[in-house]
Amino acid sequence: MLRSNTGTGPGTGLVETPQRWGRNYLTISLRRLMGNRVGVICLSVILLLYGAGILAPVVTPYGYNDQNLSNVKQPPSLSHPFGTDRLGRDILTRVIYGLRTTVILTVVTVTTGSLALGISLGLIAGYFGRLADTIIMRVGEVSTSFPEVFLVLIMVATLRQPMRDWLRGVEDTLGISIIHLGIADYFALSLALAIFSWFGMARLVRGQVLQAREEQYVDAARSIGCRTPRLLFRHVLPNVMGPIIVTVSASLSAVAGAEMLISFLGIGIQPPTPSLGVMIFENGSLSVLQTTPHLLLCPASVIIILLFTFNLLGDAINDAFNPRTR
Amino acid sequence: MAPYILRRLLWLPVILLIVSFVTFVLGRYGPGDPVQVMMGSKYDPVAAERIRERLGLNDNIFVQYGRYLSNVARGDFGESLKYRGRTVAELLRSKMWVSAQLNLAALILSVSLGVPIGLFAAIRQGTLLDPAAVSMTLFWQSVPVFVTGPGLLLIFAKWLGILPTHGWGGFFDTRIILPAVVMGIVGVAIIARLVRSSTLEVINSDYVRTARAKGLPETTVRLRHILRNAMIPLVTHLGFSLSGLLTTSFVVERYFGVPGVGNLLIEAIFARDFPILDGALLIGTTIFVMVNLLVDLIYPALDPRIRLGQGNAAF
Repeated sequence: MLRSNTGTGPGTGLVETPQRWGRNYLTISLRRLMGNRVGVICLSVILLLYGAGILAPVVTPYGYNDQNLSNVKQPPSLSHPFGTDRLGRDILTRVIYGLRTTVILTVVTVTTGSLALGISLGLIAGYFGRLADTIIMRVGEVSTSFPEVFLVLIMVATLRQPMRDWLRGVEDTLGISIIHLGIADYFALSLALAIFSWFGMARLVRGQVLQAREEQYVDAARSIGCRTPRLLFRHVLPNVMGPIIVTVSASLSAVAGAEMLISFLGIGIQPPTPSLGVMIFENGSLSVLQTTPHLLLCPASVIIILLFTFNLLGDAINDAFNPRTR
Repeated sequence: MAPYILRRLLWLPVILLIVSFVTFVLGRYGPGDPVQVMMGSKYDPVAAERIRERLGLNDNIFVQYGRYLSNVARGDFGESLKYRGRTVAELLRSKMWVSAQLNLAALILSVSLGVPIGLFAAIRQGTLLDPAAVSMTLFWQSVPVFVTGPGLLLIFAKWLGILPTHGWGGFFDTRIILPAVVMGIVGVAIIARLVRSSTLEVINSDYVRTARAKGLPETTVRLRHILRNAMIPLVTHLGFSLSGLLTTSFVVERYFGVPGVGNLLIEAIFARDFPILDGALLIGTTIFVMVNLLVDLIYPALDPRIRLGQGNAAF
């Protein structure tokens, strides 16, 4: 069934009513994705992990900051499936709360940076050329030529306080308390990461558009009077979708990785708010691996599974969405 | 072509000016006080004020920036605040050479593993070997360096005892192997996937079928017709990975005690050692812009359909 999406179907005559399924590109691609076993499994794993992260307070057996100093560094057991850490806190609980951090950071950063900024600027640069291209590419070069760690460091440090003040104002007007959730940290980090992560996507899209621009179907679409927005979004964008989606899945893992790097520099999510990055970098040493390996391996395996499924899903989506495969 | 290169090169000073100004201002107005870090627990407000005065940290920011620029124009990047008496230029020169060797080793590893794996997977598409090869590289990409580092150390240094754990001895020393592997293994997946997906797009094209129909040997078809066209996205990526490798090397250099620029910059960040940061950013930006230009110049050579610098706003 899935192999026969050559337009009108296998030619079984009256039975084939393409309209019933909707013949548009998105529906076909989604159906192809759902027919891919690996894709479905990955999607389920990611939904599970993200769901656990979002529902962290509901699904965790302990509080993320419940210390028990008589029960520290215990290896995995029934009551603590991932063991306990230096302060006797349940690692599974902290991992799930850490997932919540990852969910927020990845979603906010990738949608604002790679998707919104990156794709639109890349389309503009590639399609219109001339001055728009020059400006966008030069600005991008400037923003990427900084080692981003350094700038993220400064931005986070300078943004965090104003962000807290602003949230305090919001709290006063709405009458809810959100500051203790560490939201200021999340926003400052996401914003800083997003500003420096759009260029990779923009450059990729631009390159693809430069290629696509020379293709006949673009000429054909223009010859029948398509306007520029339609050309861009109906003809050019779908054809460059494959690499875009692969890049999105890659940048999701990149954001999770960057979070680790930033924790390493001590400016990331501040303790006691749990973050997978902090947990992994704190325990990333030979001595931990030799004496209490669960401190490193339990959080690490969760993030490895998450990143791995993201990457596999990216490929599955690519196969499903790319009109040229099959 | 020549006007295009010239125009791009003329942009370089403008970019450098913006970069240096932004970092200069951010550095000065950013968090932390270098004098405080320098004096540590023996902080004394009066002495600190004297040091600030001597270093010119109390002047107007534009005066400071102007002074900095005129020094840089004469090739003088100033003096490190942390390593007293050592100039930024000499510190950076030796460290950058170390990092360049490490990055090159890692890049060679990524490319020499990634390109064959990508091609192999694409050619075997439809069999189990394709997803197997791709998932293997993806798995390695998903493991954080904080895990691969200790893991490889445990296996190769502690258990097998065949590789040294720490230090630096140049490009042809066994001590480069572990850090280069930790850095390079992340890039294998990216390159393999890029090569695979671009090969798949090329492999079914008319000109490949034509080449086969002409009776060209399969090796020639793969190298001349498939690989060459599949390389285009890879070239862009390689330009980029230069700056990416530099960020990974922050951690890896620290972890394996490699005296490279990543290690130096981390120390500089912690010590708020602005002259080093500013100097490294200027040099890094110059390299990055030049590599980008090079990538753009290689593009039309690989894909003649792309024409540079004609400003052909076709629409």
